[in-house]
Amino acid sequence: MKVMTIVQAITDAIDIKLAEDPMIVTFGEDVGVEGGVFRATEGLQKKYGEQRVFDSPLAESAIVGSAVGMAMNGLRPIVEMQFCGFVYPAMNQIISHAARIHNRSRGRYKTPMVIRFPYGGGINALEHHSESMEAMYGHIPGLKVVIPSTPYDAKGLLISAIESDDTIIFMEPKRIYRAIKQEVPEEKYSIPIGKAKILNEGTDVTVIAYGAMIREAQKAVVMAKKDGISVELIDLRTIYPLDKQTIVESVKKTGRMVVVHEGPNTFGVGAELTAIVNEEAFLSQEAPVVRVTGFDTIVPLPRGEHHYIITPEKIYYGIQKSMKF
Amino acid sequence: MFKEYSPLDDKLFQVMDNNGKIINPAWMPEISEERLQKAFKDMLFARQADLMAVSYQRQGRMFTYPPNYGQEAISGGLAQVMRDQDWLVPAFRELGAWLAKGATLKEVFLYFMGYEDGTVFKNAKNITPISVPIASQLIHAAGIGYAINYKKEDSVVYAITGDGGTSIGDFHEALNFATVWNAPVVFIVQNNQFAISVPFKKQTRSINIAVKGIAYGMSCIKVDGNDLFAMTRALREAEAHAREGKGPVLIEALTYRRGAHTTSDDPTKYRTKEEEEQWSITDPLDRLRKYMVAQKLWDASQEETLLAEYKKEIDRQFEEAENYPAYPLDDVFKYMYADITDDLKEQKVEHEKFLKWKEGLK
Repeated sequence: MKVMTIVQAITDAIDIKLAEDPMIVTFGEDVGVEGGVFRATEGLQKKYGEQRVFDSPLAESAIVGSAVGMAMNGLRPIVEMQFCGFVYPAMNQIISHAARIHNRSRGRYKTPMVIRFPYGGGINALEHHSESMEAMYGHIPGLKVVIPSTPYDAKGLLISAIESDDTIIFMEPKRIYRAIKQEVPEEKYSIPIGKAKILNEGTDVTVIAYGAMIREAQKAVVMAKKDGISVELIDLRTIYPLDKQTIVESVKKTGRMVVVHEGPNTFGVGAELTAIVNEEAFLSQEAPVVRVTGFDTIVPLPRGEHHYIITPEKIYYGIQKSMKF
Repeated sequence: MFKEYSPLDDKLFQVMDNNGKIINPAWMPEISEERLQKAFKDMLFARQADLMAVSYQRQGRMFTYPPNYGQEAISGGLAQVMRDQDWLVPAFRELGAWLAKGATLKEVFLYFMGYEDGTVFKNAKNITPISVPIASQLIHAAGIGYAINYKKEDSVVYAITGDGGTSIGDFHEALNFATVWNAPVVFIVQNNQFAISVPFKKQTRSINIAVKGIAYGMSCIKVDGNDLFAMTRALREAEAHAREGKGPVLIEALTYRRGAHTTSDDPTKYRTKEEEEQWSITDPLDRLRKYMVAQKLWDASQEETLLAEYKKEIDRQFEEAENYPAYPLDDVFKYMYADITDDLKEQKVEHEKFLKWKEGLK
């Protein structure tokens, strides 16, 4: 075991896979010499050389598009986009090709690639550096969307993502990149994509969160406990495909669901989860689903960000709202 | 000029050498003594403000900031040509150009303190907000140029990006659109040698950036971006070209980002001290100072007093920015649409309910 942060766990996962599979390459803006703007690929170019770990010219569309080509010709690229808000120039390649080549070619070509990028607010950043657009990717047929919340999960989920033959959008909660340290096995292990994790068993209300919101939700769970409310906290871990079974079973047990995410409310992950519990646990519900989410606005610049950001209090407010219904 | 300095031959347009000597008198732009002194002072002020911005950031009084250190002559040249009715379409490293267009330093500070209000530049005419997505704003310049032609306005668009931006599709699409539409746009690439950590030679195999304009059928030139006279002259030629209806111009302004990419960046990871020192001899302010002292247009001994004044003024504007009112909740919602939607009204009301509830918690 080794104590790691989320960033270090990500580096470790890429390192292990680079050592294991010569077909894996990783590239993007500042990924090589600099080791990534958040240092997620630090030291890897030195270890594996410029053919496998490298800086690309500045062009997100070309980074993703060339990764699609590499994947069609046998490589397994891991590409980095610098921020969630900088992926948009690549959307055409992501939606029109990375997500579709397999279907278009009737399975002849696979796209075993990972598009990884930091997302989320709370770091006092410039515009385009704080958004959480996971719902948008979840809405695109052909993509899988993974978001870890701990160093242990980051490593195991990223290894699964790299080993997957599909295009995986791997979103990293940069707010807690270095905030959480955890003992992580040094050897390789994987955590299955599409499986949520119950972090805290409870009986009164189900709280579903992921990424940087887990830490906030855990604080809300403590607040609720003091008031005698037993919360079942679920870390979604994968946005698509959703682990319907875990969600539905939990809501059947508790009868209440509170969904927490940083991204905008409308057409968000919360909306999808609401539909699922309506479809599959309708008669078990004792209160309407409560969504504790970002506003349908642009994430404000730092001086206004406190208005937008989800706090433990806001989550607890949501829990109470559900309980008092 | 564009024929004489063809980027195909990788010619660099220079007027003044590193020692402040005029080496190309034929192309020396006419600038009155008074204007030249103002240009120098403005560059000095911009540099001082930039250095202080970095130290305010280090003191935790401002958030991430992109330094302009070493690139002042490009904005200095722009200040010589931009008129009120002209458009400035900047990226995010254009301190001198913002100020020249009429933005206040206080606004710039406000922006990097985390207020959108700081990029409204409300006293500056025809300026677009700070644009972070690389090169994306260049296409707006083509559109603004189309509208200028359509409305038969007397106006030129000055659009800026960096060397990294020239790898993005938007850069090429912008050049193509502007040329096809014969739009009066002057594209300026601040080739400061680095896109964060990635050096120019890894960005492109072109002999230079200016040459990329040739294929689009536009006039283009590679200019010493640390030479105020060369920048001024090239921009004047480009302005005349655009206003005469001859279409857009691409100017590659060769410079060096002496500071970090932003205050979050550490250049020691990807470049050497030797390289930095090599470029330091091309510093735009040092060169201009040498010229002006030699021409008896500047008394270097007055600089210290002047800088002390500037520091006071910069501190004053910074403190004004620091005392800016708190960011109201309303401002999160009210600019999303021309008229706020019912949905957003509800979200705001719900948030206010939460805030009230939260007060009760204590």
